[in-house]
Amino acid sequence: MSWLETTREVMRRDQVFDLVRPAQSVSAGLDTRHGPILYLEDVTVSFDGFRALDELTLYIDDGELRCIIGPNGAGKSTMMDVITGRTRPDHGAAWFGQRLDLLRMDETEIARAGIGRKFQKPTVFPNHRVVENLELAMAGPRGVWSALGARLTGEGRDRIDSVLEEIGLGEAGHELAGKLSHGQKQWLEIGMLLMQNPRVLLVDEPVAGMTHQEMDRTAELLTRLAGRHSVVVVEHDMEFVRSIARQVTVLHQGAVLAEGSMDEVQSDPRVVEVYLGE
Amino acid sequence: MAANEITATRLIPQAPHRRLLHGDLGGRILLGILAAMIVVVPVLNLMVPADSPFHVSTYAVTLMGRYLCFALLALALDLVWGYCGILSLGHGAFFALGGYAMGMYLMRQIGDRGVYGDPVLPDFMVFLGWEKLPWFWYGFDHFWFAALMVLAVPGLLGFVFGWLAFRSRVTGVYLSIISQAMTYALMLAFFRNEMGFGGNNGLTDFKDILGFSISAPGTRVALFMASGLALGASYLICRTIVRSRLGRVVTAVRDAEPRTRSLGYRTDRYKLWVWTVSAMLSGLAGALYVPQVGIINPSEFSPLNSIEAVVWVAVGGRGTLYGAALGGALVNYAQTLLTAWLAELWLFVLGALFVAVTLFFPRGLVGLLRRRGDGS
Ligand SMILES: Nc1ncnc2c1ncn2[C@@H]1O[C@H](COP(=O)(O)OP(=O)(O)OP(=O)(O)O)[C@@H](O)[C@H]1O
Ligand SMILES: [Mg+2]
Repeated sequence: MSWLETTREVMRRDQVFDLVRPAQSVSAGLDTRHGPILYLEDVTVSFDGFRALDELTLYIDDGELRCIIGPNGAGKSTMMDVITGRTRPDHGAAWFGQRLDLLRMDETEIARAGIGRKFQKPTVFPNHRVVENLELAMAGPRGVWSALGARLTGEGRDRIDSVLEEIGLGEAGHELAGKLSHGQKQWLEIGMLLMQNPRVLLVDEPVAGMTHQEMDRTAELLTRLAGRHSVVVVEHDMEFVRSIARQVTVLHQGAVLAEGSMDEVQSDPRVVEVYLGE
Repeated sequence: MAANEITATRLIPQAPHRRLLHGDLGGRILLGILAAMIVVVPVLNLMVPADSPFHVSTYAVTLMGRYLCFALLALALDLVWGYCGILSLGHGAFFALGGYAMGMYLMRQIGDRGVYGDPVLPDFMVFLGWEKLPWFWYGFDHFWFAALMVLAVPGLLGFVFGWLAFRSRVTGVYLSIISQAMTYALMLAFFRNEMGFGGNNGLTDFKDILGFSISAPGTRVALFMASGLALGASYLICRTIVRSRLGRVVTAVRDAEPRTRSLGYRTDRYKLWVWTVSAMLSGLAGALYVPQVGIINPSEFSPLNSIEAVVWVAVGGRGTLYGAALGGALVNYAQTLLTAWLAELWLFVLGALFVAVTLFFPRGLVGLLRRRGDGS
């Protein structure tokens, strides 16, 4: 942004400076009394004039398992970028519960407030052992000095144990994460999400590169998590989506094209057109 | 394999070992050698008569002391490069600043024994016709103050530089380049007489340190021992850091910074922390180096020095603390041997060494030794 734009931003009369607004405190907690835990309203993101998200409006309910599908380039990953603070929208609103304005929080604050994310390309820490990956993800203080003296408590160890069990990596706890198979890395990443103890899990393409068997286990894992957490799954594999989905949202060209159960969505002529038109 | 079977029953026996050097064979060997040197070398120098074949000359003692300082610089560099993935091409600047802080103390110890006999002003200031001591020379007549500055000045520069760079997410080759620019800019600045650090002559003609003659064998031995102790202590500090959860976060930043951030870690603060610690350790190395060579001048800021330090770490073994220290000492030892008969060729040798290590032994000497060990 050039300084001219910056100055213009400062001179705007339709909003007040951030410093005058009451500080929002994460500790005030989430307010989900009205149902949704995530609100996206009229979110627009453009890259050099190209609109990756175009006035996207989407609500995710507390505890639901939502699948998001859509052709390549529909804006699914960009949507997750907006929620996690990696990308700032040009305009629109993004709220976590009723109280937390995601657009005023940075990436680390959002993560600590309880939104966890698995990236499309699985990224674990290859030179750390599996248990260390989980330890790093464990909810807790994130400051530099506290990390210097941090010790794994018995409680923490139990938590790691139970997550290892849950993601089916019990035997591989002491292996270097870089040595795991592709599918195992995906699970480890989901495990790291769980260690964060998030309210919302954003899971981008969890079964890419998995065998059928592995896919079934992943489906089982994700359905088990819903209820305890809100889970948003982006996936291309229709069979997989069908096996877990209750509510499906179809994104196309940065906006919601259709929403409903898998059957409703699949019989929607506009959806059929988008997928066949590819 | 038996160990694996046991761990299968209880998955996380990784109760952090309280012993710092657990499983760190290389570190134990390094500290062992250091301890032995600190005891044996002084004896061989001070107590064994000069005509005995076991006598170690004062010249050799000082030479070894210098290698230890370079080892300490390599250790500090490895902390940021090997563990945090920040390739600094400007660590020589922190080393030189620590050296200048010590040099200023040594200058003020000269007192009225200088050529011009001014009780307060160092010779070069009298020569420039200055009337009084610049404010930033105040306090350097006290050793404790100078010792503080040895850590504080490089630490502060490191902090400010790191704060600006890491907050605006400057990484990779860009960071390397600006770190190089930093040391180059400092070199140009220190060349200027108006800066008040002796211009291109730098600071020299030191007389004594803490009241002891700087050229006396006893002082030389003491400086050597201090360098050894500093290296050992710094090794333990670095080891504490890399073994802590902080160290694991830092390595995570090296391997996948965006992922670390998405876990809620403010990665810029972690980088800033290790960077600043590393700058302070480099300053300490420079401060111990200067009284042993008897001079500090702006060429210590030369970009080449910083690049050489990177080669030491690469040769020794990036990402292992003892490997870096080993590289710092050995490469400089090799340089001393070689420059005796092919001084002009040294830089080519160094360059070739770097290329060879990068291509054939990416894990350095340590990697080579380990592979041997595994094979047998
Ligand atoms: N940083 C960026 N700069 C420029 N264009 C981008 C950037 N990020 C995403 N895009 C573009 O925005 C569009 C939406 O990308 P996005 O990654 O959100 O799609 P997606 O729905 O996740 O697709 P896929 O199924 O392939 O993962 C794409 O056309 C992409 O090229
Ligand atoms: Mg995507």
